Amino acid sequence: MSSILAQRRQKLLAMKALRSSPHVPVHARQDCPGCGQSVERRELASHHYVCPLCGYHHPVSAYYRLSLVLDKGTFRELDANLISNDPLHFPEYQAKLEQARRKTGTGEGVVTALGRIGGQKVAVGVLDSRFLMGSMSAALGEKVTRLVEQAGRGKLPLILFSASGGARMQEGILSLMQMAKTAAALERFSQRGGLYISGFTHPTTGGVTASFASLGDIQLAEPGALIGFAGPRVIEQTIGEKLPEGFQSAEYMLEHGFLDAIVSREQLRPTLIQLLGLHRKGGDEHGQP
Amino acid sequence: MANRDLTPAQRLALARHPDRPGTAQLIQGLFTDFFPQRGDRLCGEDGSILGGIARFHGRPVTVLGHQKGHGLEEHLACRFGMPNPEGYRKAQRILAQAEKFRRPVITFIDTPGAYPGLEAEARGQGEAIARTLAVMSALTVPVICVVTGEGGSGGALALGVGNRVLMLENAVYSVLSPEGFASILWKDASRSAQACEVMKLTAADLLDLGVIDQVIPEPEGGAHLAPQTLYHELDRALARDLDSLEKLRPQALAAGRYQKFRQMGANALRKERA
Repeated sequence: MSSILAQRRQKLLAMKALRSSPHVPVHARQDCPGCGQSVERRELASHHYVCPLCGYHHPVSAYYRLSLVLDKGTFRELDANLISNDPLHFPEYQAKLEQARRKTGTGEGVVTALGRIGGQKVAVGVLDSRFLMGSMSAALGEKVTRLVEQAGRGKLPLILFSASGGARMQEGILSLMQMAKTAAALERFSQRGGLYISGFTHPTTGGVTASFASLGDIQLAEPGALIGFAGPRVIEQTIGEKLPEGFQSAEYMLEHGFLDAIVSREQLRPTLIQLLGLHRKGGDEHGQP
Repeated sequence: MANRDLTPAQRLALARHPDRPGTAQLIQGLFTDFFPQRGDRLCGEDGSILGGIARFHGRPVTVLGHQKGHGLEEHLACRFGMPNPEGYRKAQRILAQAEKFRRPVITFIDTPGAYPGLEAEARGQGEAIARTLAVMSALTVPVICVVTGEGGSGGALALGVGNRVLMLENAVYSVLSPEGFASILWKDASRSAQACEVMKLTAADLLDLGVIDQVIPEPEGGAHLAPQTLYHELDRALARDLDSLEKLRPQALAAGRYQKFRQMGANALRKERA
């Protein structure tokens, strides 16, 4: 019985990952923004959308990343039907949301789920940069907060992969308040001994960097990911000069002390399994009793 | 023009008025015995956040606020109230001491936003703000925040996680400056007056949205015309809130603050059948 369920879950996630497959348009070949070489799309897919020539990490959808890290047949999505309600009645916002939902197959800019990684039960969330740039809406903040609270109740390790352009302008101040809400939930989770692994993917900026993404016990990033608070253009305007090469890259953030490691997509699942193992105390439970 | 007839853009102008009482004036007007605390104990001191210990109606409190300064020299020294990470890390240190010595915390919010500079990024502006939010959310002493001028973006919210959040009548509080908002959404920073209309950034709007708890009336024409009148109003509101919060137990203060921010945006959600 449970194996049939697991098979179904696996199929569902595989279908969703396929349906929402990566940014790369459906051409036979794809020019790599990293090295400018043309790469066959099928080959790119077989390398987890990492350029086999230069190692450039193409952005991938939330479902695709989940299918990459979770044990087969363990994906159980949470709050899939929780969506934004256009609280400020902002012109054209409803239409934009509708369009983003159709494009990505998700209701909001984050997919949250329970699953297992190397047998360890985890609470995991992945932001999707194709959904209005993974911008922070009240619904996104709520889904993240619920995931943190659920991880706390179940004493599960928490893993969040961020990708965000910052605040959702159309939700104004309510978007801003999600920073306090998610940070408060994580502080509670941390005080009770919960393990939180934060993964930065390209790009993570603004209010997401300045809240939940930066509060991990362990902080990882994908190679080349842009990570920062202020956007590069705003900084250039402020200081009136061009930014140095590689500024705000994952490598720059590692050098400046804000990351534990840069992990290639290939090594992501093994690294998570290692980290979960190092925190395991027997059984599924993490943290203090 | 009477305060109640002001447009959002006119309020923004008052919130940014060069003579508007800043954190230093508010501290002088409301507290006695102020001892400023300086430095983040890591690498620097940031004058754009002013904080320390003072007495409010005789009892020691921790005060903390963005400092824009008056006059060009002061403006430049505190980057027009835009903190670097050192400022936020100093705030964390001061907040941790408030917790240790059981002092209530009163903050004043007045910043266009955190400083978007190269060094600020190199020293982790995002992490500094995130950590300040986390520290403030978990305090078990009373925390009262007052939006006094411009409340811009995460740089403002970092001092805004209070049990009570008050706002001066002509202050503004928003996800981003109206200029930044217009330039992101419409690629045209000059449409800031239009942005003011749609952003819901006035005290009355934010009271409706449940983001703030109380609007503090300002003297006609703005706080700068009669600061003493403003101090009197603010003093009354702070004393009343502090009295009621001090009756609560430490854990109830932290839990109450958690619940307050936990419900932010609850009306901005709906469930759709999958």
